[in-house]
Amino acid sequence: MKPPAFSYHDPATLAEAVALVATLDNARVLSGGQSLMPMLNMRYVLPDHLIDLRRISELAHIRQSGGDIEIGGMTRQRDIEYSDLIAAKLPLLHEAIHWVGHRQTRNRGTIGGSLCHLDPAAEMVATVVAFDATLIAQGPSGVREIAASDWTLGYMTPSLAPDEILTGVRFTPWPDGHGAAFVEFARRHGDFAIASAAAMLTADGAGRITRAVLTIGGVGPAPVRLTEAEQGLVGQLANETAFAAAARHAAAIEAIGDALVPAEYRAHLAGVMAKRALAKAWSRIDGKGKLAA
Amino acid sequence: MSWGESRTITLTVNGTSYTREVEVRFHLADVLRHELGLTGTHLGCEHGVCGACTVLINGRSARSCLMLAVQADGAEITTIEGIADIDGPHAGGLHPLQEAFREFHGLQCGFCTPGMLTTLIELLRDNPAPTEEEVRIAISGNLCRCTGYQGIVDAALATAKNLREATAPA
Repeated sequence: MKPPAFSYHDPATLAEAVALVATLDNARVLSGGQSLMPMLNMRYVLPDHLIDLRRISELAHIRQSGGDIEIGGMTRQRDIEYSDLIAAKLPLLHEAIHWVGHRQTRNRGTIGGSLCHLDPAAEMVATVVAFDATLIAQGPSGVREIAASDWTLGYMTPSLAPDEILTGVRFTPWPDGHGAAFVEFARRHGDFAIASAAAMLTADGAGRITRAVLTIGGVGPAPVRLTEAEQGLVGQLANETAFAAAARHAAAIEAIGDALVPAEYRAHLAGVMAKRALAKAWSRIDGKGKLAA
Repeated sequence: MSWGESRTITLTVNGTSYTREVEVRFHLADVLRHELGLTGTHLGCEHGVCGACTVLINGRSARSCLMLAVQADGAEITTIEGIADIDGPHAGGLHPLQEAFREFHGLQCGFCTPGMLTTLIELLRDNPAPTEEEVRIAISGNLCRCTGYQGIVDAALATAKNLREATAPA
């Protein structure tokens, strides 16, 4: 298995890269390559041009701006995994990144590449959806910001024009002391998740949920934000009953089935993962009241 | 014979500098094996599932089938042929992890071994005191069909313990 012949471009600046994507026909952007390289080796994709972003140092960064945290598209997953700032401010992302592929692929893979590849089970996509993060793209006519909820147009299809490059993503951290959890189930650690769940919660001193987010990945063609379940949780005393009610929304998602994993099993797992993520997020809240009976 | 665009690149592999003209479409594993003759790096699946082709690139483990050779231009690469010479010198000539693989039956046919060793060398550098679960997660991307993994896990844990004891203050 060898990649097909193509022309290779490795621009040194973002401006050059944008000019190349805007002018070359049948071009593919190469980021960390951990999804695109297998597709090239197996000749699922046959580009005439490959535009490698590896030399564009301005695209690899983790920085605070105002209260937000911005991560450049070419930031390696490993650098996110080992970032103290991410661990402190975005614990959901910190936990999710450990589920992305394997150590060897996180050393090469980037957050931007994962967001653009848009695999239904991608932990990075589920995480940006949970955070309502803002994706930042650059094209010939300038910068465009895209809400995470608008990023997925369909199965593995991001809202990115052929002449645009995803340059980064901006997260707004939740208040200190919130509880966050990312859980998933796969046959082998590092495999694509059969189902994953991301949850974030805040609570008042009486043990009532004041803010809730619940996102399910791997089950539908793209991660699903369960807004009805979230609304149902707010104001409730945190307990098994409340979490089980929210999890029923997860199990009701129209799940994809395949030869190995029937749709019913995936939907069942979505419910299990939702409940586990909520309970784990709850257990991590600082200064919460007692878990109500 | 050439089928497409080529580029001249320089790789430092196990301390030796090589300059070669390679096709831009060649992945790194093919260049290591076919152009440099370093056939210790094995290719199992060529789509990032088996981990056999794992090498260290600037000290970081990576699947050499999942990057183009041109992307490694200027990089320092360690393959199985070079690991006995790193973290050393080692009495007996093998890396301690290699010795432990022999002692604990961490290999049988040897096909997965280059990838297992490079992956675990990085793990032990990052985390000198891994738990059994952390070792198992670290090699979750490396397939072995001979050992049932137990010998590999035992070898990694024993090596970590020996290295900690060797570096602990007396």
